Amino acid sequence: MAEASSAKARPGSGSPWVGQSIARVEDAALLSGRGRFIDDIGVGPGTLHAAFLRSPHAHADIISIDVSQAMRSRGVVAVLHGEDIRAMTSSLVVGVKAPVECWPMAVGRVRYVGEPVAIVVASDRYRAEDAVDLIDVRYAVRPAVVDLRAALTAEAPVLHDGFGGNVASDRSFRYGDPDGAFASAPHRISIDVSYPRNSCTPIETYGVVADYNAGEDAYDVLANFQGPFSIHAVLSRALKVPGNRLRLRTPPDSGGSFGVKQGVFPYIVLIAAAARATGRPVKWIEDRLEHLTASVSATNRAVSLAAAVAEDGRILALDWDQIEDCGAHLRAPEPATLYRMHGNLTGAYDIRHLKVRNRVVVTNKTPTGLNRGFGGPQVYFALERLVQRIGVELNIDPLDVITRNLVPADAFPYKTASGALLDSGNYQEAVRRGAREGALAELKARRDAVRAEGRLYGIGYAAVVEPSVSNMGYITTVLTPAERRKAGPKNGAQATATIAIDPVGSVSVHVASVPQGQGHRTVLSQVVADVFGLKPSDIRVNTEIDTVKDAWSIASGNYASRFAPAVAGTAKLAADRIAARLRRVAASQLNTEVDDIVFVNGHVGSRRNPDNKISFSRIAALSHWSPAVLPDGIAHTIRETVFWTPPELTAPDEGDHINSSLCHGFIFDLCGVEIDRTTLQTRVDRYVTMHDCGTILHPAMVDGQVRGGFAQALGAALYEEYAYAEDGSFLTGTLADYLLPTTAEVPSPIILHMETPSPFTPLGSKGVGEGNCMSTPVCIANAVADAVGAKDIVLPLVPAKLAAIVRGAEPAPPARQNSPMQEKRDGDRKLRGEGEAVVSAGAQQVWDMLLDPNTLAGVIPGCHRVERISDTHFRADVTLGIGPVKGRYRAEVKLSDLDPAKAVTLAGSADGALGFGRGEGRITLRPAPNGGTVIHYIYEAGIGGKVASIGGRLLDGAAKVIIGQFFAALARTAGGGSFASERLSWIARLRQWFGGQR
Amino acid sequence: MTRLAANQRHAVHLTLNGKPCSGEAEPRMLLTDFLRHEIGATGTHVGCEHGVCGACTIEIVGNLARACLTLAVQADGCDVRTIEGLAPAPDRLGALQAAFKRNHALQCGFCTAGILMSLDHFLRENPRPSEQEVRDLLTGHLCRCTGYAPIVRAAMEAAAEMADRPAKEKSDA
Repeated sequence: MAEASSAKARPGSGSPWVGQSIARVEDAALLSGRGRFIDDIGVGPGTLHAAFLRSPHAHADIISIDVSQAMRSRGVVAVLHGEDIRAMTSSLVVGVKAPVECWPMAVGRVRYVGEPVAIVVASDRYRAEDAVDLIDVRYAVRPAVVDLRAALTAEAPVLHDGFGGNVASDRSFRYGDPDGAFASAPHRISIDVSYPRNSCTPIETYGVVADYNAGEDAYDVLANFQGPFSIHAVLSRALKVPGNRLRLRTPPDSGGSFGVKQGVFPYIVLIAAAARATGRPVKWIEDRLEHLTASVSATNRAVSLAAAVAEDGRILALDWDQIEDCGAHLRAPEPATLYRMHGNLTGAYDIRHLKVRNRVVVTNKTPTGLNRGFGGPQVYFALERLVQRIGVELNIDPLDVITRNLVPADAFPYKTASGALLDSGNYQEAVRRGAREGALAELKARRDAVRAEGRLYGIGYAAVVEPSVSNMGYITTVLTPAERRKAGPKNGAQATATIAIDPVGSVSVHVASVPQGQGHRTVLSQVVADVFGLKPSDIRVNTEIDTVKDAWSIASGNYASRFAPAVAGTAKLAADRIAARLRRVAASQLNTEVDDIVFVNGHVGSRRNPDNKISFSRIAALSHWSPAVLPDGIAHTIRETVFWTPPELTAPDEGDHINSSLCHGFIFDLCGVEIDRTTLQTRVDRYVTMHDCGTILHPAMVDGQVRGGFAQALGAALYEEYAYAEDGSFLTGTLADYLLPTTAEVPSPIILHMETPSPFTPLGSKGVGEGNCMSTPVCIANAVADAVGAKDIVLPLVPAKLAAIVRGAEPAPPARQNSPMQEKRDGDRKLRGEGEAVVSAGAQQVWDMLLDPNTLAGVIPGCHRVERISDTHFRADVTLGIGPVKGRYRAEVKLSDLDPAKAVTLAGSADGALGFGRGEGRITLRPAPNGGTVIHYIYEAGIGGKVASIGGRLLDGAAKVIIGQFFAALARTAGGGSFASERLSWIARLRQWFGGQR
Repeated sequence: MTRLAANQRHAVHLTLNGKPCSGEAEPRMLLTDFLRHEIGATGTHVGCEHGVCGACTIEIVGNLARACLTLAVQADGCDVRTIEGLAPAPDRLGALQAAFKRNHALQCGFCTAGILMSLDHFLRENPRPSEQEVRDLLTGHLCRCTGYAPIVRAAMEAAAEMADRPAKEKSDA
């Protein structure tokens, strides 16, 4: 079918539009400030604005929430917390069978830093944020578990009672005879790897505008959601309405997503509930701190992978043990990240025996979700690191290990051990061309030369199968066959496209693809223009979704690289159907046979007699104006909607075989890196990436996808990590902490292509957008491993990590003597300081001041009032600013070890919407040489919550300033002309130099 | 210096892309919010609100500025240029914009406004920059889609074109 009307077969019309890098129809508006992103579109009169109070703790029980002061704040209409949300909605469904609830807002207990605790709805965002600060929440902090291996231990704090410990799922699989293969193989080579948390972080954050119609019990939601629209079912269930009462729409433009905007869905529930509670439309735009802290993350994973290997490097069997960390809640569609690659766990290799154990754990971190590469970075990091190790351990060139194991070129379509059907390719040819056109020989010579100078240089490879068009049933592989039988089969990947012709014969296209910058509208105009013999500019394409009015299904959306293989192909099928009918109409009008009709340059005419033709628009409009003249059997040519799902995407079988994706592109990457011996920075000297993504529809866009994916992958390899402290504090809440690569860091890769069309897609194309996120991190890691001769490589490869490899472990900092705080170990980030102030008052006078609430209220920076609970217990309200974050805290101060007029220990805590702090300090007073008193202080403090996320670099300085202000004010009040100054002890200075602060 | 009452809205008058415009803002309102939601000039985007991503970059009295780190009231009386002022006509693109389009130097287009404003300003002051200079300038902007290479290419192409143009005009005269 596809072939009969193939664009390339179109006679007499020059070259087809498909395959050309035409200018994008999207660009003019975006380049002149006329894009229509969600926050650019106006909202209805009376729309309210939402802001969230979020948890400063990784794990804590909520003892009480007092919203009374917030409710009295100017402009506030409503404040909702977990119990309110629970009353209005149902729990989000969880992807495994377990008695566990998953609320979009904390109910009774917080499980990660940044988890929504309350939502304020007010007349504008500023006022909503004002009121957030006035909500008084009391927490009882629980121990947190951050590390996924620690989460498996018996003593680990348990997040959800419904899971066994913290294990949400534990499944084992066996394909072929892995035990036999391992028993008889001459070598067993293994590797343990950990893949870190990161995210593709679009520059536009989440946005939701929701309205509720109480008369019809119906929601209307606009969100920059990206799909999959299977989530619509999750949402309507959570909002307790049938699907037809949840209208979900998307804005015309979206500022990038890379999977991430799938994660907006819990906020759709919350904002919709807020609209219902207030009876007004409610809008929320996420800020960057919220996004980095709590939107969504890719999973971090620990993998133990072993191979049974023959003498020549042939891999006979693999044994995977994967532990996947999905964060605090198992949100839909997780644990999909772990199962997306299940069919291609053998990568690009012909390996018949396979053993897999997959465990999913929960930890006190942000819940995970879609992210470009989705499971691929984690899987290939283990697999391709292992391939490199096989080379090292057997003394075979790692590239030879790759080529000896590739799926044979004549084996396609090739069924993998775990059930994927690799559609097409010639991996050997791709590797050969990649090595040749990427000048590998020259790169090896350079490595030798550079190493001869004593410098650190390495070469890495990665061969990767890039799956695209996900089988909606792959996630059910997490269930046992018995559970699947009970739930009913899930499979397929419905794509939809509609072609419509209006009364003047112009053509419109609608697809449910929800692009986030990829240029879908341009490509669709090319595809459809080819079918009708028109110009792309004649075709108008709309890619917004309105679930009430448009054709869509659960697979709709922009993920799993499904546009080129599935959606664009479906648009072609829809155009073909209209074209077939128009051919019959034209044949009757032109008095010729149907197979003589061609669409050329805006006309429909006879192939044999080019003069016998009529304009396309005239033929196309007939169905509107003169339906009576249509030939028998042609009802209309006005609109055609095609739903297409590939038959190859079947449900998992009884043996847990799953064709997890429809298409499998191939990527072979090689790179050379140099590591500076002084700075230990990794510089990518040359990067070569060879792609076979089937038929290329728009070369410049494919180029753009490769470059964009490469840049994100470079970030994952060298710079980016969602970092947590041991207590679960989130440490990378700004773009100055979570480092995205800039023009200074991203080199230009050499991009090579092969085109082996997919036999399974209408246009022969495969997905291409995610591949480098899978191949590049491990390719760079392999090159670094080659450069430094190390086995254990952990991303991101920041200089500190390489220092440990190249120079050995750093010596421990000198221990501080006689420090009462030294033993404290509660996992907080520790700030330490020491200083002195000289005041002219006598020791007894200073002592009295320190114990007097009125004096303290005057000298504590930002203090509103001090309340005396007992002689040694004070309570204070203070407003403190650290960096850009200013907030109100409730402070408790207790005095102990009182040695009147000489020394006192202060233990304090401060809690507020922006975070919390716990600290202890010892103040000693001694006579100053020239009269007056020297106040010496030494303190140690831990800070968590929002201030820890944004202020990593600022905290030390800020703490010193605040403490300095305290003593300066004390000195002023003590009547002295001298002022306080903090000076660091030499130990503190040493600590700073050794970087012990961070 | 006038002290503005915190809880009141104050009139802000500025010249936006050559035309006078005005609105009201509380002293704490960011210039981004003022431009976008008071004036309706939504082309300036907000990516981080802490001055790192560069999406909100605009020109204030001839200087580049992060609109997210500027208060609306600070711009009172100022000459402000934004992305909406770049094109010579609503249906025509300027040389820099056209080079971006030719080179596929944008995908989602969210960061693009700030990048164009920086480059427009930079190329006027540095008509023949080296690629390294352009790359240095662009380190002040985060783009998550393109991998930057097409942006650098577009900037270099636009620089060459804009530098040649006045020369041609002179020789024509």
